[in-house]
Amino acid sequence: MRKGRRLYLDGVSVVFDGFRALNNLSLIVDPGELRAVIGPNGAGKTTMMDCITGKTRPTAGTVEFGEQDLTRLDEATIANLGIGRKFQKPTVFDALTVFENLELALKAPRGPIACLRWALGGEARTRIERTMSEIGLTERAQDRAAILSHGQRQWLEIGMLLMQDPDLLLVDEPVAGMTDAETEHTAKLLAGIAGERSVVVVEHDLEFVRALGCKVTVLSEGSVLSEGTIDHVQNDARVIEVYLGR
Amino acid sequence: MSVTALRAPAPSRLRLGLRAVLVAAVLVLAAFPLLNTLPEAHPLHVSDFLVSVTGKWICYAILALSLDLAWGYAGILSLGHGAFFALGGYAMGMHLMRLIGPRGVYGHPVLPDFMVFLGYRELPWYWLGFDNFAFAMLMVLAVPGLLAFLLGWLCFRSRITGVYLSIITQAMTYALMLAFFRNDMGFGGNNGFTDFKELLGMPLNTSFARGALFYASLISLVGCYLLCRWIAGTKYGRVLTAIRDAENRVRFLGYSVTQHKLFAFVLSAMMAGWAGALYVPQVGIINPGEFSPGNSIEAVVWVAVGGRGTLVGAILGAFSVNGLKTWLTSAAPDLWLFVLGGLFVLVTLFLPRGLIGLFQGRAK
Amino acid sequence: MTRIFLFILLLAAALPARAQDPFLSALPGLGGGFGAQAEAVERLGALGDPRAIPLLRALGDGRLLRRADGTLLVRDGATLTEAATGTTAEAGTPEPARININNRVRVALRGALGRLQLVSPDPAERLTAAEGVLRSRSAENVPLLEAALARETVPRIRSRMELALGASRLVATDPDAKRAGIATLGASASPEARSVLLEARAQNPDLLPEIEAAVAAIDRRLAIRRGVETVFQGLSLGSVLLLAALGLAITFGVMGVINMAHGEFVMLGAYTTFVVQEICRGIPWLLPWSLPLSIPAAFLVTALAGGAMERGLIRHLYGRPLETLLLTFGVGMMIQQAVRLGFGAQNREVLSPSWMQGTILLPMDIPLTQNRLWILLFSLVVLGLVVLAIRFTRFGLEMRAVTQRRAIASSMGIRTGRVDALTFAFGSGIAGIAGVALSQIDNVSPNLGTGYIIDSFLVVVFGGVGSLAGTLVGAMGLGLVNKLLEPWAGAVLAKVFVLVAAMIFIQRRPRGLFAQKGRAAEA
Repeated sequence: MRKGRRLYLDGVSVVFDGFRALNNLSLIVDPGELRAVIGPNGAGKTTMMDCITGKTRPTAGTVEFGEQDLTRLDEATIANLGIGRKFQKPTVFDALTVFENLELALKAPRGPIACLRWALGGEARTRIERTMSEIGLTERAQDRAAILSHGQRQWLEIGMLLMQDPDLLLVDEPVAGMTDAETEHTAKLLAGIAGERSVVVVEHDLEFVRALGCKVTVLSEGSVLSEGTIDHVQNDARVIEVYLGR
Repeated sequence: MSVTALRAPAPSRLRLGLRAVLVAAVLVLAAFPLLNTLPEAHPLHVSDFLVSVTGKWICYAILALSLDLAWGYAGILSLGHGAFFALGGYAMGMHLMRLIGPRGVYGHPVLPDFMVFLGYRELPWYWLGFDNFAFAMLMVLAVPGLLAFLLGWLCFRSRITGVYLSIITQAMTYALMLAFFRNDMGFGGNNGFTDFKELLGMPLNTSFARGALFYASLISLVGCYLLCRWIAGTKYGRVLTAIRDAENRVRFLGYSVTQHKLFAFVLSAMMAGWAGALYVPQVGIINPGEFSPGNSIEAVVWVAVGGRGTLVGAILGAFSVNGLKTWLTSAAPDLWLFVLGGLFVLVTLFLPRGLIGLFQGRAK
Repeated sequence: MTRIFLFILLLAAALPARAQDPFLSALPGLGGGFGAQAEAVERLGALGDPRAIPLLRALGDGRLLRRADGTLLVRDGATLTEAATGTTAEAGTPEPARININNRVRVALRGALGRLQLVSPDPAERLTAAEGVLRSRSAENVPLLEAALARETVPRIRSRMELALGASRLVATDPDAKRAGIATLGASASPEARSVLLEARAQNPDLLPEIEAAVAAIDRRLAIRRGVETVFQGLSLGSVLLLAALGLAITFGVMGVINMAHGEFVMLGAYTTFVVQEICRGIPWLLPWSLPLSIPAAFLVTALAGGAMERGLIRHLYGRPLETLLLTFGVGMMIQQAVRLGFGAQNREVLSPSWMQGTILLPMDIPLTQNRLWILLFSLVVLGLVVLAIRFTRFGLEMRAVTQRRAIASSMGIRTGRVDALTFAFGSGIAGIAGVALSQIDNVSPNLGTGYIIDSFLVVVFGGVGSLAGTLVGAMGLGLVNKLLEPWAGAVLAKVFVLVAAMIFIQRRPRGLFAQKGRAAEA
């Protein structure tokens, strides 16, 4: 992996029916970096994540994970390369228990035969139990995900992300529906993860972004508007105009 | 917390009760061919009709299980599972036709009657090898499996799901029906295959052969049930459930949805083919009507009535709907299609979890 | 046709002054001695003038009279007409005398009349005459056929006469006449001309190159004809599919509701046509109008059935497409069985009105069946009306609003439940109209719909869900491909190929031909 870049987006554009969801977007995330991405509705935050994870093919531009070109790969392959994603609307498997949800996410061979022959070893169980305590769902291990509260589903999905053991985490609005205490806990958790892995967080909540204490990228109309510390971008005239003006 | 405690919660009373009923039912069924040998006057005598009709239902139950694996677990609503069943049946039929040998009406040493009638000079290449039992059994599994693989690969790869997939599977069985109706396909056209003489050296019209086929079917049903239950209990089973509920999310976890669905679909098709192969020697005929879309959708109703996503439900559904059908088609034949149609409406509107759901609801 | 004929007659009548009219100059002979009579009959027969037919018939029947001044009169019951002009005449005095004939004249008459039938005012007679001449194949008939062809206007008869002319020329002794015959035959598009030419090869070794060239020319034309016929058949099948799929494009394409009972609604439409026809039987003046009357009736019946089904059942299953599929399949099963019990399992006969029967012959003898032509037209009209209804009516607007953003439409005061029911009823009603059309070309039986339902779904999927233009292209495309494949793959195998192609196609373009790209289409 080339030094100095884990994720490399250059000149990425996505056009839907003539509408430019992303317009010549460029972004570099370093190994171990924690990065917050903010922007008004329709700025292209989710589309950017779609491009990285293979959900949407860019119309033009380069998307690289380390040395690996991502634009031609499907979602599963990209996920197995080490990119984990948490969705804006938490999606967990309702019919399965919390434990089983985490077990599915646990990094292990993904083929059908491997899944048939899979036996839960002690080490794997320890990892799942550790994660459950980290996300505060130990008590709910045998409950089906369908009966969890919204906040708990958010946690479960973050937990699943951790189980995947990815090199890059894409986290879309992780604290929506969480209490202040939970939000703070999440900020700590994400900050703790960064360092060994790269984390990109998309969020509306500026207080949360401030708590992350990391470099911030502001998107607007599909391209980067401003980049820097939270104080820097909050004082950037263009950012103020996009958020408040017009 | 121990692994077992995390894994399998202690079976509920309901589950235990169901299991006991299941074992009892299998034992009762297993006694049928034996009771058939009792003198007719005996109160426990089981008639030939009952043996042959339950033998048929057992095959249907295997088909229902296979469909439940695809639909109830992997979320693939196949409206063409009857095609896999029929293909398995045709493969078995080809073997039985070859075994007739010179005993046909025309007395040709190799060619089946219909080929002599249609002026064939020699056996078409795709009939070669079917005189061998092992090869024929291999084909019983391989042909449906291969078709399921091709169709599934085309569809799953491009993420054709839901009703689109259902329509395509229905179109598939419809196309096969039209194809098998043709004489020049070399599968007997309209009439299909019939007048079978023997299988594995035993003449088919004896009660011994009936009993043997009955036991083969029953053992297969139990085997398929255990196989499905084992699958449902593995992580693979949970991946399938996850795919059924949120296919896209599974992709982002790094699972190849195509591969997993394909595996389940092919396995399910092979199971259906096996059921068809057991069915044909018991009913003594196979014709293109088996491919008709109506048959496949009837199988869907068995599973829906029993309760999809539960293996016992699929079996229960196959037995109860077919029991009703057998009774009604003799008691009030005009009513049967109304009842069948009504079952679709009833189950989808009021009993989404089927008969099993009814029991579970009462237990809670 | 008759008008043109009258025109020719008038034209002929306008020129009586010209003494050289051979018809007029031949007339007096009929009143002469037996020898002169026979000669005049021969001359008139060879002229190929239709005016001679009633005269010769009258002569044979003893209804031809002669005045003292020599003018001839034809008696027809109580009326007398002048032979030369066809105008009514008085008997006058002295009484006109009946003209007698002998056997020699009678023989001449029979021959002349036979040949004259080629120019008879009755098209059926002309056709029979042409067939007769074609069978007898004699060089003597050539001038007669030329004369007949000069005034023949019905394409079907013309082509038979041309064939007869070519075949007659071919048996002449004169090589130039033979060449002309080959040319005539070679200009046709008839397999019979081809076989006449092939037969002639043995007798005319010296003309072989010409014959071969003529056969090749016919083959070319036959190929074109087959092509046009195939395209027409394809479009015809396409129009049927279009009708059947239009309703689906609304219920499935617009509402996302999969209605497996759609085929049964089509069948209900066909049975409504049957019932309307039976009712009209009791009111004779209404009978010719029974088919047009069936269209609104069928629409109403199936729309009511569809609306009831939506309100009663489907409404409870929105968002669960697989369940809807099973439910509607069950309903379809019950409808089918109800019809089977009510009307019997056998086919019911629905008559075609006379204006829909028969065939139109295009150049090169390409036959177009009229009822299929009407259905093609009808399907396009229905498509047009549906497009107009969706684009320009209040209902269409509300329908589009509800399907695009249900919540917002509801908050703007649109009663979404009512719109759902109406949309579904609309789509089902169109299925009924399709049934009216199908009753004209297919057996009206309880399982009429099952044969079309799968193809219709393929059309909707091919065309792109929710696009009526796509439905049109999908239907016509599927129809054409089906019929194009048929000659070399056989009807059933063609269907199999189409189904396989459809699978591959859907696989390549899961959202169809005219898919909307972008966020709206994201699942």
